[in-house]
Amino acid sequence: MDLYKLTVHELQDKLLAGEITSEDIVKSLFSRIAVVEEKAQAFITLCEETAWESARRIDQQGEYGGIKGIPYGLKDLFCTRGIKTTCASRMLENFVPSYESTASKLLNEKGGILLGKLNLDEFAMGSSTEQSAFFPSRNPWDWERVPGGSSGGCAAAVAAGEIPFALASDTGGSIRQPASYCGIVGLKPTYGRVSRWGVAAFASSLDQVGILSRNVRDCALILKIIAGKDPLDASSADIEVPDYSAFLDGEVKGMRIAYPREYFRQGVTESIRTAVMKALRKFEELGAIVEEVSLPHSEYALPAYFIVAPAEASTNLARFDGVRYGWRDGEAANVADMFSLSRAQGFGPEVKRRIMLGTYALSSGYYDAYYLKAMKVRRLIAADFAEVFRDFDLIVSPTTPTTAFQLGEQIDDTLTLYMNDALTVPVNMAGLPGISIPCALDDGLPVGMQLIGRAFDEATLLKAAYAFEQNTDYHRLTPVPGGGINE
Amino acid sequence: MALSPEEVNHVAMLARLALSEDEKTAFAEQLSLILDYVERLNELDTGEVEPLIHILPVFNVLRPDEALPGSSQEEILSNAPLVEDGQYKVPRII
Amino acid sequence: MSKEFETVIGLEVHAELKTESKIFCSCSTAFGAEPNSQVCPFCAGFPGALPVLNEKVLELAIRTGIALNCEIPEYCKFDRKNYFYPDLPAAYQISQFDQPVCKNGYLEIDLDGEIKRIRINRAHMEEDAGKLVHQGDITTTPFSLVDLNRCGIGLLEIVSEPDMRSAREARAYLEKLRSILLFAGVSDCKMQEGSLRCDANISVRPAGQEELGTRTEIKNLNSFRSLERAIEYEARRHVEAIEDGEELLQETRTWDEEKQLTRSMRSKEEADDYRYFPDPDLPPLRISRERIEEIRRQMPELPDAAQERLVETYGLPHYDAAILTTTPDYLEFFDRVIKIYPDAKVVSNWMMSELNKYLNQSNLEISDCLLKPEKLAEMLQLIDDGTISGKMAKTVFAEMFNSGKSAPEVVKEKGMVQISDEKALSAIIESIVNGNPKVVEDYRNGKEKAFGFFVGQVMKATRGQANPAVVNKLLKEKLK
Repeated sequence: MDLYKLTVHELQDKLLAGEITSEDIVKSLFSRIAVVEEKAQAFITLCEETAWESARRIDQQGEYGGIKGIPYGLKDLFCTRGIKTTCASRMLENFVPSYESTASKLLNEKGGILLGKLNLDEFAMGSSTEQSAFFPSRNPWDWERVPGGSSGGCAAAVAAGEIPFALASDTGGSIRQPASYCGIVGLKPTYGRVSRWGVAAFASSLDQVGILSRNVRDCALILKIIAGKDPLDASSADIEVPDYSAFLDGEVKGMRIAYPREYFRQGVTESIRTAVMKALRKFEELGAIVEEVSLPHSEYALPAYFIVAPAEASTNLARFDGVRYGWRDGEAANVADMFSLSRAQGFGPEVKRRIMLGTYALSSGYYDAYYLKAMKVRRLIAADFAEVFRDFDLIVSPTTPTTAFQLGEQIDDTLTLYMNDALTVPVNMAGLPGISIPCALDDGLPVGMQLIGRAFDEATLLKAAYAFEQNTDYHRLTPVPGGGINE
Repeated sequence: MALSPEEVNHVAMLARLALSEDEKTAFAEQLSLILDYVERLNELDTGEVEPLIHILPVFNVLRPDEALPGSSQEEILSNAPLVEDGQYKVPRII
Repeated sequence: MSKEFETVIGLEVHAELKTESKIFCSCSTAFGAEPNSQVCPFCAGFPGALPVLNEKVLELAIRTGIALNCEIPEYCKFDRKNYFYPDLPAAYQISQFDQPVCKNGYLEIDLDGEIKRIRINRAHMEEDAGKLVHQGDITTTPFSLVDLNRCGIGLLEIVSEPDMRSAREARAYLEKLRSILLFAGVSDCKMQEGSLRCDANISVRPAGQEELGTRTEIKNLNSFRSLERAIEYEARRHVEAIEDGEELLQETRTWDEEKQLTRSMRSKEEADDYRYFPDPDLPPLRISRERIEEIRRQMPELPDAAQERLVETYGLPHYDAAILTTTPDYLEFFDRVIKIYPDAKVVSNWMMSELNKYLNQSNLEISDCLLKPEKLAEMLQLIDDGTISGKMAKTVFAEMFNSGKSAPEVVKEKGMVQISDEKALSAIIESIVNGNPKVVEDYRNGKEKAFGFFVGQVMKATRGQANPAVVNKLLKEKLK
């Protein structure tokens, strides 16, 4: 039996029924990896020894339930105790943390088994995973195309059946966009819903830990485990975590769904627009009320993001100075040179670009014009959403303007690359929860639909997403690696 | 909004990034492009708008004044490029 | 210092806050641990680590604001101050920029009875950096070592307005500030240990001119004395430069204790742009008026109030009261002596003269000295009951200070009991008077000084142990 094809719930059922063991799952996944990884290039580090050890231990105890005995992947941005954490950068290529991120700790405590650390754009800065210092990952639907970014490794691995789910981070779309390109579910919770502790910071007011999975039900299960207040993260919210799975009843009757006209313009292809409108009609069929609205400041979200994110990143990455860990230019004669040379050697071009931009935006004489201005625009963007949510429960839009593009296609065109996040960025700017679920295929490539909810209302998000899944089959589609579709 | 070479040098110095001449030229171009793009924010009148600095409407997140064990000396030095007498060693500062 | 110029001084003081754990993480703040053994991923600047504010730091900051008569706004927040240095792991310091916790306060200094108010611009919370160890001087060392134990300890930065006009005023301000911080229980204020650091900003201007002159900042002031000397030196340097028509640069200088001068610290690089912006990892603070009142109610007695109390309760002069309320330990010592020996002026005299003398000589804190308050009280009683004279007591005191022994013990050991026995003294007086007939004649002829000669001789013969009152009485009789 091809266990790698199963969802978390399906695996859980079989474990509880005594039909399989955790070691069976690990075996199936490593076999699958042996088949597709050469092309997918999703993993930076495979944790074979520790995975087998954990599986064995759990099988010996013989108790299952939840995610006990079920393997997962982790974006290599999450610090894992005793396991190399590179952030896909030369700067940290040999860095082994002595501490564990809160989110992965919570999974481990519930019996989840870390299978490996997954590829990303360096320090989460990018939209294609081509900015990884090591190698690009590839889209299982078409090996010549990008899996998206920055969590491209995670998305590729889940879509290709290498892992049943993964934890990743989303700052401007880094979970949702790859989910859309790879035809899987990608959730970015409300800012503060999940602890950021132990996840290398990119932009502190935008980063959020989230989930990539094969379906909504799995996503709800994982969210319940990782959400909640963390005393180590002052920005994590002290708000009760509901039993998300309980909301998955397939009902959307009476739900008020808005679609913002601006999100159907910004360079979105005809086929994607058509696909998402079709999906909205499906919601109507199911009893939801669907109406067009306006989020008038939408076009300003991306420019504002281009100031806020690099500004915060420039200070978050300043700690990489070669003193206490990471890459150091050992030849430097003095500390000033050591700083400049180590950082120049350790960071890739995109990271340097954003550090330069961010430093400029915060520098004397420019702070008001750039950073402060962007933060004011941010409030306008958040206000737009708040206004819509007075009358609606959910906002629906395409996740990305296009389907997955070709490797190398956009690498030299900085601005175009950034535009891929146009529809996802506003959600981070407003701190709201957003999920991408597959809703169509366009020329054999997945199309993602984005659902956006009120702050801390992941329940409604998951409920609606689940209803759509139950009434369509897109979530069941998996790629024949490199081209073609199963089923 | 073209970035002058002086400005690029200044920013690179503030960010402690040693850039080659080619990199400086490339960054000057790319950053200018991006800055041109973000100029459109000035279309918006934000005079009366409060900046959205903290997303969550939360105040006073505090912890009790209790000393707890942190990392061991070994752990905290384990990734260091150069160590002497239990301390990180760096070349001369001046 | 030329009379035509006025010196304008402002002080920036950093006080290490007295908390168990650091400001943004739970690492211990204990002094003297092995290098890098009180560190965690946060204070060592590792990726993914985040700050959480220590509630005690906020409480102490508010307490300080109250003690310094500051406004404490309802809202304040933290900002990142960005610069690169090996002792700053995150390459930014979490501090407060435009919304500090306290503003617009003051304290009063007493200069020979004249009260002057020195305004305080602001006080804000921030984290300390680590410690750098060089081989010799920072300018010549081939390498440096970094210890992060101190990194992340909570500090309060207190910035005065440039209200001081002399080195003496500056010293008085720093001494008073230190007293207040000690009484408020906010910091240990040990300048030598670095828990109280002071930088001075100085400029000079022609008397009567309103515009301020070029300002320089002086660092590395490790004692009150260095502060005074550095200010005097620097002010003179400014005046000389102006009078000689030389350019005076706005710069940072370091005080060279050995050579007793200031040196420029200018480096080749441009001045850093700190790029302050609000720290997104820390939610803002809202300080309610109720909270401030609560802290005010629990405030320990402050120096000015303690001083008033001593004056009113014991009738002590202001001068004495001021010295006794320099530190809480000092006041506590006094209080403990008074409990047993109630003559406040006597106690005060002994503390201000003898005790201070030996404390300064041995560089000890009053809480560390071996001589305990109860023992001083005991000694004073021995003077009162005639066992020892006041003069003898000074010798006894010295021994008590060095050994921690009680007065009766010392007196016994040294056989220093005062001789009051009239019979024994008469015999000695007899022999001295008889042996100096000329001096007797001088005295009887009106030479008062001769009396002193005899007293001296009796003291010599009795190794200082003769009871002076009895000697006086017997001598007067004998010489009639």
